Amino acid sequence: MQTYKAPLRDMRFVLHELHDSRRILALPGGEELSPELMDSVLEEAAKISEEVLLPLNASGDEEGCHYENGVVRTPKGFKAAYDLFRDAGWTSLACDPAYGGQGLPEIVNKLVEEMSCATNLAFGLYPGLTHGAYLALRDHGSEELKARFLPKMVDGTWSGTMCLTEAHCGTDLGQLRTRAVPQPDGSYRVSGAKIFISAGEHDLTENIVHLVLARMPDAPAGVRGISLFLVPKFLPTTEGAPGARNGVVCTAIEHKMGIRASATCQLTFEDATGWLVGAPNKGLAAMFTMMNSERLSVGIQGLGIAEAAYQSAVAYAKERLQGRSLAGAKRPDLAADPIIVHPDIRRTLLTIRAYAEGCRALAGWVAQALDLMERESDPAAREAAEDFTALMTPVVKALFTDIGFETASLGMQVYGGHGYIRDHGVEQFVRDARIAMLYEGTNGVQALDLVGRKLPAHAGRSLRRFFHPVAAFIEAKKDDAAIGPLVQALAKGFGALQLATAHIAERGQRDAEEAGAAATEYLRLFGLVALGFMWARSAEIAAAKLPAANGDAGFYRTKLATARFYMERILPNAFALLPAIKSGKAAMMALDEADF
Amino acid sequence: MKLLVPVKRVVDYNVKVRVRADGSGVETAGVKMSMNPFDEIAVEEAVRLKEKGVASEVVAVSLGVAACGETIRTALAMGADRGILVETDAELQPLAVAKLLRAIAEREKPGLIILGKQAIDDDMNATGQMLAALLGWPQGTFASKVEIAGETIAVTREIDGGLETVSLSLPAIVTTDLRLNEPRYASLPNIMKARKKPIETLTPAALGVDPAPRLALVTVVEPAKRQAGKKVGSVAELVAKLKTEAKVI
Ligand SMILES: Cc1cc2nc3c(=O)[nH]c(=O)nc-3n(C[C@H](O)[C@H](O)[C@H](O)COP(=O)(O)OP(=O)(O)OC[C@H]3O[C@@H](n4cnc5c(N)ncnc54)[C@H](O)[C@@H]3O)c2cc1C
Repeated sequence: MQTYKAPLRDMRFVLHELHDSRRILALPGGEELSPELMDSVLEEAAKISEEVLLPLNASGDEEGCHYENGVVRTPKGFKAAYDLFRDAGWTSLACDPAYGGQGLPEIVNKLVEEMSCATNLAFGLYPGLTHGAYLALRDHGSEELKARFLPKMVDGTWSGTMCLTEAHCGTDLGQLRTRAVPQPDGSYRVSGAKIFISAGEHDLTENIVHLVLARMPDAPAGVRGISLFLVPKFLPTTEGAPGARNGVVCTAIEHKMGIRASATCQLTFEDATGWLVGAPNKGLAAMFTMMNSERLSVGIQGLGIAEAAYQSAVAYAKERLQGRSLAGAKRPDLAADPIIVHPDIRRTLLTIRAYAEGCRALAGWVAQALDLMERESDPAAREAAEDFTALMTPVVKALFTDIGFETASLGMQVYGGHGYIRDHGVEQFVRDARIAMLYEGTNGVQALDLVGRKLPAHAGRSLRRFFHPVAAFIEAKKDDAAIGPLVQALAKGFGALQLATAHIAERGQRDAEEAGAAATEYLRLFGLVALGFMWARSAEIAAAKLPAANGDAGFYRTKLATARFYMERILPNAFALLPAIKSGKAAMMALDEADF
Repeated sequence: MKLLVPVKRVVDYNVKVRVRADGSGVETAGVKMSMNPFDEIAVEEAVRLKEKGVASEVVAVSLGVAACGETIRTALAMGADRGILVETDAELQPLAVAKLLRAIAEREKPGLIILGKQAIDDDMNATGQMLAALLGWPQGTFASKVEIAGETIAVTREIDGGLETVSLSLPAIVTTDLRLNEPRYASLPNIMKARKKPIETLTPAALGVDPAPRLALVTVVEPAKRQAGKKVGSVAELVAKLKTEAKVI
């Protein structure tokens, strides 16, 4: 059964204890906020996720979206749930108060996103895409466009999309063909065919605001000739109501493996009226400014699924009676022991848990940096936060989504054959998790971004934003009485990461294919060490607070035990990646294409 | 008209309650606490009466430890206007609660007090009735519908045989049953606004009430585990067992 209770205690740990929410509250924009307010927000979000979104997860998957004559209907219950979600103000959470937003920090937003991803990934995509479009428009739109569109996107009456992909180009956007022809009134006529557009057409909102990448007639070839346009489904009237239908139609929706309640649309633009967002031919750059936040959000989809898979697996493991404990029957009163007595089941459950809590901690760190980027007035602090998020974005996106899929599969394993059967709902996690490894830049492309762009950025300055705190922590804590052994395990992983980094820097400089050949393993190594750092820091806090913890003692003890499990059972996987990385490209480039 | 709504902080309804090892009560340390669900219904009803223009102000009251302030915040986020916290670490039994509420009612002079019919922690089902007796006000308990017209309130009550409607003159006491309404989800803007609404903190001493328990708690134990069932082969065997083993017929 899909069961979920938002892990509020752990969320509060990440928000207040590990990353100290007061740091954000002390900055401009934080005057009205308090830790208690953040907690109330999380609690209410938990209620909506558990009581409104979760019950629609399996039914939405079963029913899918419906397409007829250009019209898309979302599954039963989605419209009512969206109305409730919007009326209660959740679409406005992290938006600018100037446009009707609530101005809450990103770190709170990402925790709320985790809950909607865990309970209904497909649902969460609709407001999620709107938020992405909001960010792009906020940073690059003209004042006039912002005034016309942002308030409606913030309050959720209008939704947003990101229209990049075309049939012949996904990763390689330089091949893009959609055209935009300037008109005397300053608008553009946009024509072309886009595919795979999430939320491209649906019945949840009265209007849809498409952000479309297209080429102007005289644009240079390749990525330097791409501009960004805002193309609404209905052209707003002067009063701001949805007016005449614009020239964009949905010609089909895709039938797919997972997130079946999310409409993935083919859109045809035919002389559709649009307006330029940002500078001509700088469309990709405009898209990329909101990429850090969006890619972290996609990473959080993996985290949400991991948590959902964990909770469902634990519930089953306590209930399913098979076999006897190897140490002698634990429940002689029953026909057999619950499977949670078996070491292999515990290994599986703890693996999921250690990944989920580690990812939550790391997501909190990166989200806090997103907040510092926006709120810090000191340029040096802003620069540090920017470097750090840029570096960590590909790591979080690829690592978390890989983990989401792996842990969904582990969760199914706990269910045995019953997990493969629809009724239990856990095979949906496997199907839903898979897409996050593909969209927003495939995980392979994330790894290339890490080794090709982020490592060398600013002559290694970005990299040091991660390396320095880890090195300082290890130096300070390696002989700590409580957590010394955990820190020594981290030090070993960090050592491997330093060697791998030096190897890639040296070989990659001479031969880019060498860097490309090592990229995926390198990202994994980086990610496992980053999670290890989060676990060591979590353990430090837990060990310090345990003696006086009273009612929270159980929480901190579990933290310490899980930290130990991570260091002993998961982090060693990182050491094995070093020889793979160092082996270079030779083995994979040896074959002739014809030999494949 | 002013409405007073007492709200109690209780162990969340989702939590599997555990008895403390020493039998002194149930474990609350580190346990998720929430507003008593019947009180949520009371707050919802009060806010609806305000939205309809029948009431002018909704005051939420909680009694107990400082953390009860968070329960008041929940009521404020649902739409209550301000809060009163009577802070005490003492164990509060229904009679003490009723006396404290009487003192607050005498200060605030509400036209109506809406309470949950019982709290899900001890299921006492007593505070509303005691408060009505102490104030000398009419009471409509187990309400599934309320309608205010002028100086009277019609309360439809859920009783064993079905429904009963009583007409009370205001000021009055109403206690809520499950079917009165479905409480709303607090909206995000209201959660934010709730932080700015005032909460006044008082003490039992300031209200002139001695909250000391009048009942002594002997011990708290888990209910006995259910015995395994038995399958019977025939009706005759069942009847025989009911007579000789269960001794119920
Ligand atoms: C359900 C769903 C929803 C989507 N939603 C949206 C949306 O809302 N908006 C939108 O614009 N798009 C959307 N997409 C498209 C998605 O972002 C693309 O599918 C993705 O970017 C990959 O592009 P592609 O499918 O063309 O794969 P390709 O680019 O053809 O890649 C194929 C493989 O080659 C690898 N590869 C490609 N180039 C390189 C390289 N240079 N070096 C090494 N490896 C490389 C890739 O990693 C991948 O493994 C969605 C897709 C799906 C399936």
